[in-house]
Amino acid sequence: MRARAALYGVLVVLALAAPFLGLYPVFLMKLMCFAMFACAFNLLLGYTKMLSFGHAAYFGSSAYVTGWLVTVHGWGTVPAILAGVAAAMLLGLGVGAIAVRRQGIYFAMITLALSQLVFFVCLQAQFTGGENGLQGIPRGSALGLIGLGSDRTMYYFVLAAFVAVYLLIRRIVHSPFGQVLAAIRANEPRAISLGYEVDRYKLLAFVLSASLAGLAGSLKALVLGFVTLSDVSQGTSGEVILMTLLGGSGTLFGPVAGAVTVVTLQEYLSDLVGPWVSVIVGAIFVGCVMAFRRGLVGEIQGRFS
Amino acid sequence: MTAVFGVPLPAILGQLMLGLVNGSFYALLSLGLAVIFGLLGVVNFAHGAFYMLGAFAAYIGLQFFGVNYWCSLILAPLSVGILGVLIERLFLRHLYRLDPLYGLLLTFGIALIFEGIMRGLFGASGKSYPVPPSLRGGFNLGFMVLPVYRAWVVLAALTVCAATWLLIERTRLGAMLRAATENAPLTQAFGINVPLLVMSTYGAGVALAALAGVLAAPVIQVSPMMGSSLVTVVFAVVVIGGMGSIIGAIVSGLVLGLIEGLTKVVYPEASNIVVFVIMAVVLIWRPSGLFGRE
Repeated sequence: MRARAALYGVLVVLALAAPFLGLYPVFLMKLMCFAMFACAFNLLLGYTKMLSFGHAAYFGSSAYVTGWLVTVHGWGTVPAILAGVAAAMLLGLGVGAIAVRRQGIYFAMITLALSQLVFFVCLQAQFTGGENGLQGIPRGSALGLIGLGSDRTMYYFVLAAFVAVYLLIRRIVHSPFGQVLAAIRANEPRAISLGYEVDRYKLLAFVLSASLAGLAGSLKALVLGFVTLSDVSQGTSGEVILMTLLGGSGTLFGPVAGAVTVVTLQEYLSDLVGPWVSVIVGAIFVGCVMAFRRGLVGEIQGRFS
Repeated sequence: MTAVFGVPLPAILGQLMLGLVNGSFYALLSLGLAVIFGLLGVVNFAHGAFYMLGAFAAYIGLQFFGVNYWCSLILAPLSVGILGVLIERLFLRHLYRLDPLYGLLLTFGIALIFEGIMRGLFGASGKSYPVPPSLRGGFNLGFMVLPVYRAWVVLAALTVCAATWLLIERTRLGAMLRAATENAPLTQAFGINVPLLVMSTYGAGVALAALAGVLAAPVIQVSPMMGSSLVTVVFAVVVIGGMGSIIGAIVSGLVLGLIEGLTKVVYPEASNIVVFVIMAVVLIWRPSGLFGRE
């Protein structure tokens, strides 16, 4: 326990000092956005054993809404982010209400199909810019007080959001609600027989996860200044699964480790090997499923406890 | 000129024909998916990748080895089927005892690998595959011209679907398959080699996908990503039909292809999403699908 507190302490100090250590802030912000996305996803896969195969829908649609409001309607940064999250929440509510009626692979296929629906809507709608996506999204300022134009202030803004989401997920997992989710994961029929309205708990978990994924998407849109169709695509949905699985689903820190690994790999490999990067990503997928099902953090925790 | 909803009749019939062709592909693919799911309990995410490999096998055969269309129709499913058998032996076999989600994730990874390899070797752009000489031209039906190749695709797909259905429902081999789907340990206790049955089922299901790929090669561009967009639609088709139901897979594949074609006439913007909307409606109304049983 003490070792874990020390580890968190070191990480926080490192994260605070990172922009001064010569690390590229935009890359770090991208890492945090995807880490947040993976943590949100893990709330479903790791803690409720619901495999959503279409989480890019919430990530991407929130990114589109935020980007569109900021660019076209001149909204402030924070209201636009909140509007993006609200959009992801509503979308999550709609999809979740249909999907939680089925379990396991059915759930996975339904979420996949509905996310493909969102993809095609984004492809054809006017406000998303279709194939071109949204470009040149300004970062604005935090509530009109602090300008976010510089990478360094934006970095601390994203860091604050990331830490808040991480702590929130930690709180959710350890709350009575989180315990009910754990019960559903362990034995759903039993949870039902104990009188829990399982579908409602699952739906709430789904909506929470979708909203936080949306927050990650909105921040990513502001950090990089663009949103494209790939943000709502099946490929992104697959990536977040890989991050969570590789890092260790059902562990708090696993998705962060997985996101850092996958995003870093892609960043460096895409220059080196071009299209072969998806072969490597696929091979890691296969490796994880075949031999490494607890993921990086899960394996380490397994060794030490 | 007759018209329905202000759309000329020949245009509607043309789109319906296209829809029927697409529906034939949906039916072939969802049939393989349903058979594999029934016996292995695995949702084969790599199904679209095997469809793509089938089309590429035909393309490579023609370009580099001069293998004609008719030989490809046999050789491509055979070679892709063997690949499927290898994958079952090497990977899938070790996952049957685990949560079925792992099978889905594994096949997703395998799809990424194959798509990446083909993109690395052939680039992302589409390749065209010529329609075989004997199937060129069209029948003039008076009110529209029916391309011979399209008619052949529908006919071939329907024949294969019917043959597969007969094989499963009316033969001894099919009876063993159904028994193993119902209760694998008991079937094994009767002396039937279930692991062999499982392996060949996966190979056969995958071969069906490759066959659909060869049939599709002359009507669409052969490209590494041709399967990944299709597989989601086919998943929706299978959910609508009811997972594991063979007749449900065939019927809903054809019907949804037709509906998609009709949507292209009435409201083209919605043609990509109509299948998913129908899926959502069916799930609200009948969670286990149209032909499924709980």
